[in-house]
Amino acid sequence: MFKDLSRRHFLAGSTAAAGALSLGGPAALAAEPLKVGFVYVGPVGDFGWTHGHDLGRKAVEAEFGDKVKTTFVENVAEGPDADRVIRQLAASGNKLIFTTSFGFMNPTIRVAKQFPDVMFEHATGIQTAKNVAIYNARFYEGRAVIGTIAGHVTKTGKFGYVASFPIPEVVMGINAFILAARKVRPDAEIKVVWVNSWFDPGKEADATKALIDQGCDVITQHTDSPAPIQTAGSRGVWCFGQASDMSTFAPEYHATAILDVWAPYYIERVKAALDGTWQTSNVWYGFKEGMVEMAPYNERLPAEAVADAERVRKAIIDGSLHPFTGPINDQSGAEKVAAGQTISDNDLLGMGWYVEGVSA
Amino acid sequence: MSLEVVALIILTVISAATPLLFAALGELVTEKSGVLNLGVEGMMILGAVAAFAVAVTTGSSSLGVLVGALAGMAMAFVFGVLTLTLAANQVATGLALTIFGLGLSSLIGAGFVGIPVPALPKLAIPGVSDLPIIGPLIFGHDVLVYLSLAAVAGVAWFLKKSRRGMILRAVGESDISAHSIGYNVIAVRYGAVLFGGAMAGLGGAFLSLSYTPLWNEGMTAGRGWIALALVVFSSWRPWRLLAGAYLFGGVTIAQLYSQGAGGFGIPAQVMSMLPYLATILVLTIIAAGPWKGRLNAPACLGKPFRPST
Amino acid sequence: MSLKIEARPETPRSLLYATPLLAVALTVVSGFFIFLAMGYDPFLALYHFFISPLLSLYGWSELMVKAAPLIMIGVGLAVGFRANVWNIGAEGQLTIGAIAGGVVALAFWGDETWLTLPLMCVAGILGGMAYAAVPAFLKTRFGVNEILTSLMLTYVATLFLSTLVYGPLKDPLGFNFPQSRMFGDAALLPMILEGTRMHLGTVIALAIAVAGWVLMTFTIVGFQVRVLGQAPAAARFAGFSASRIVWFTLLLGGGLAGLAGTFEVAGPIGQLIPVISPGYGFTAIIVAFLGRLHPLGIILSGLLMALSYIGGEVAQVEVGLPQAVTGVFQGLLLFFLLASDFLVRYRIRRRAPAIQAARSAQAAEV
Repeated sequence: MFKDLSRRHFLAGSTAAAGALSLGGPAALAAEPLKVGFVYVGPVGDFGWTHGHDLGRKAVEAEFGDKVKTTFVENVAEGPDADRVIRQLAASGNKLIFTTSFGFMNPTIRVAKQFPDVMFEHATGIQTAKNVAIYNARFYEGRAVIGTIAGHVTKTGKFGYVASFPIPEVVMGINAFILAARKVRPDAEIKVVWVNSWFDPGKEADATKALIDQGCDVITQHTDSPAPIQTAGSRGVWCFGQASDMSTFAPEYHATAILDVWAPYYIERVKAALDGTWQTSNVWYGFKEGMVEMAPYNERLPAEAVADAERVRKAIIDGSLHPFTGPINDQSGAEKVAAGQTISDNDLLGMGWYVEGVSA
Repeated sequence: MSLEVVALIILTVISAATPLLFAALGELVTEKSGVLNLGVEGMMILGAVAAFAVAVTTGSSSLGVLVGALAGMAMAFVFGVLTLTLAANQVATGLALTIFGLGLSSLIGAGFVGIPVPALPKLAIPGVSDLPIIGPLIFGHDVLVYLSLAAVAGVAWFLKKSRRGMILRAVGESDISAHSIGYNVIAVRYGAVLFGGAMAGLGGAFLSLSYTPLWNEGMTAGRGWIALALVVFSSWRPWRLLAGAYLFGGVTIAQLYSQGAGGFGIPAQVMSMLPYLATILVLTIIAAGPWKGRLNAPACLGKPFRPST
Repeated sequence: MSLKIEARPETPRSLLYATPLLAVALTVVSGFFIFLAMGYDPFLALYHFFISPLLSLYGWSELMVKAAPLIMIGVGLAVGFRANVWNIGAEGQLTIGAIAGGVVALAFWGDETWLTLPLMCVAGILGGMAYAAVPAFLKTRFGVNEILTSLMLTYVATLFLSTLVYGPLKDPLGFNFPQSRMFGDAALLPMILEGTRMHLGTVIALAIAVAGWVLMTFTIVGFQVRVLGQAPAAARFAGFSASRIVWFTLLLGGGLAGLAGTFEVAGPIGQLIPVISPGYGFTAIIVAFLGRLHPLGIILSGLLMALSYIGGEVAQVEVGLPQAVTGVFQGLLLFFLLASDFLVRYRIRRRAPAIQAARSAQAAEV
């Protein structure tokens, strides 16, 4: 079932595309625009995950103008409805279709079998096919940066994490955060509250309050709404934006944000499709490729925190630092990863255990 | 746990319970008149978006609150026309109202995503509000919280003591008799339905202007349904509704706190079930206990009435 | 001389069929202006909403796939609604049914036989029934309102499913993602139309609606349900047990919802995932009332409701209509349909008859 699990970087993409541009001229210049479809799991107005993907879609429109025509379907339930929506997009002439939630994996694969001429791109999945590429972002790199800042600014050494569901992506983010924070503040610990929703501003705000009341003086989140930021800001506690720059919701305490930057990848893939050089791929891009970025650092942050954060970010980019480098202990204190070793991409993608310092 | 923390927890519970209290109190009055409006979620979210849009555009949160209530009322009016004037089925109309409200709210709110709005002003009485613990607990809320409490007292008085309240209850208990004595059943019910809409709109306004001062699509996240359940839970008594809303808010917050405290090894999902299970349990105890709290559902609840005059 | 509204002593057949058409026509007209005002081509939008999903066999098959759970649940709920038993927790019963059926499929995983699928269905029915038994027990034993308990249990069911797919039922080779293994082929419903997703469950759903009609029209239980709903006093006088009817209707509704849940996981989904139903249990309540609580009417209303969802998707894809507009449009359609019932039950005349309430006429209609 899981055919291609190695994460090959698709670096050749843009050069190959540039080379093919002249060759593919006649086809690309034909009157018909390339129809590109997007399937969203939430509303475009969520200001989080789906909003980020929709910015990518708009960037595609801006980049290619009338050479493309984009369509999106929002609020698609992860179930039988997804099959139908994806199929509808394919049947209506969309040649490149981005499905932007893990739960769309099996529907995407199923529909892709029926439409061998249509190119599919599935976000955060683990299964490729001849016409299904997968892509994901190394958000954990951003978590390492904000964890570093958290280590510097905390007084109590307790962090609060407002979390959605214990999927590997979230578990990985929690671990990356505390590992980085503990390098600065070895006794730091992290309290996780699960709100069992990606999106419930009220509950996210309440969870934030609960964490602050229990002594956490840095708040971070893996849910979609800006409510935790707003609450943390009003209580005078440092916090980090999720998916987009949320500084307007807590100008004084929004330290920075991990930004989802899908636009360059979407542009690259649409270009490949236009040029006829598209092929399946499996990418997991991070800081280096620009799929993950940091929002501007808050001016009120201590200089050494910003400097250290930048050091971590640059070290991740030049490859000298991997956030999951041993020694790493699990929650019980037993060594999971030996000194000097790193956790493989495959193990990260299926991460189901917590490191020392996490109380979840 | 220090007293300050306890006070903070109570504050959190109060703000979590207030939107539920508003919406449920309105629905209670609606149901007392014999009308079941399942569209609370739809009225609430339209109130939320209307309040937010007006507060952002005009810069006045109080105007926002007012428009939020009016928006809820407008939705309730649609419900009234269908179920009262045209005698359409109330259950189905209420559900349709929710679908309609969720759609309309995201249309209106499309331009307001990601914009912050200043939170509603807190009641700040110099000297008193700064008292430790007591200060924030009693004087630290925004106006809407006090309004919600006043509304409970007001509704309780209205239903029990006032003449109009008696007519409203009579209409809910026996519309045919009320009609034959000469009361205008439809007019009374319109009044109750509109009041319910205004209160749901206020609950929504509290969500988008105070609880989490922002607009996000679908931000009511099912609170309208909880409000409906609370009405049944309260067995249509305003003070019991207050207790129910605070209890539900309390259990919800308690499970978040206990997760933060380590969760006692219980899966988070199981913790999240607690408010719902607690509600069922408490209701069963009320119904089965020695004091035998009568459920006193209005006898005409959900039944259409059309005088053929 | 003034206009008077009065209940119709009986409804002409023609009106019964004409009013839904009138409602659709009104929706089309108002939709036309909404789409026009929002800058979309109204003809194209309406075409994709109502017509284009029906132009192919595939379209019809999808309509059936979407309508099947609505019809099954709607028929079960309608029986209860007729007896004034307000089960609004079908969503939870569906979820528990899906879990029960799914657990059987996973227990047999790798060793499926021809018995697997029937066992799954039985487990799904029993699961849904067991879950509906909780409000039934609390109502008949303690007098606890079933609206509240069944609704609260829906949240509990969803969280329970979540506990399972994040825990014991997680696919051991699935990278810790919250989903079970894919069911084996023998645990999946057979397809009845090549190249589509039309599974055996869609036909069973239609058969269930017909059976529901037979039950309500020709059996003693059906008679008791109707009497209890229309005239509780008469039912008591005749010695019908109200408790028995509460149990019967809740178990029937729960069982059908549970079966619908099993059909979803054994049909279009093929595994257990954190959320099984996009609100079928709630939508089915609308379907039941739009179908005037009549099993055969529910087939039509289920199909119409399914069309409004699918049409909304198609309009998003083809016209770029935002989903919010779809919701507003769907709301309007329902408003008009519900309002049009008025014409079925009342007539406008120019005479002043004696003042009387019209409850009985309506009860007979509903």
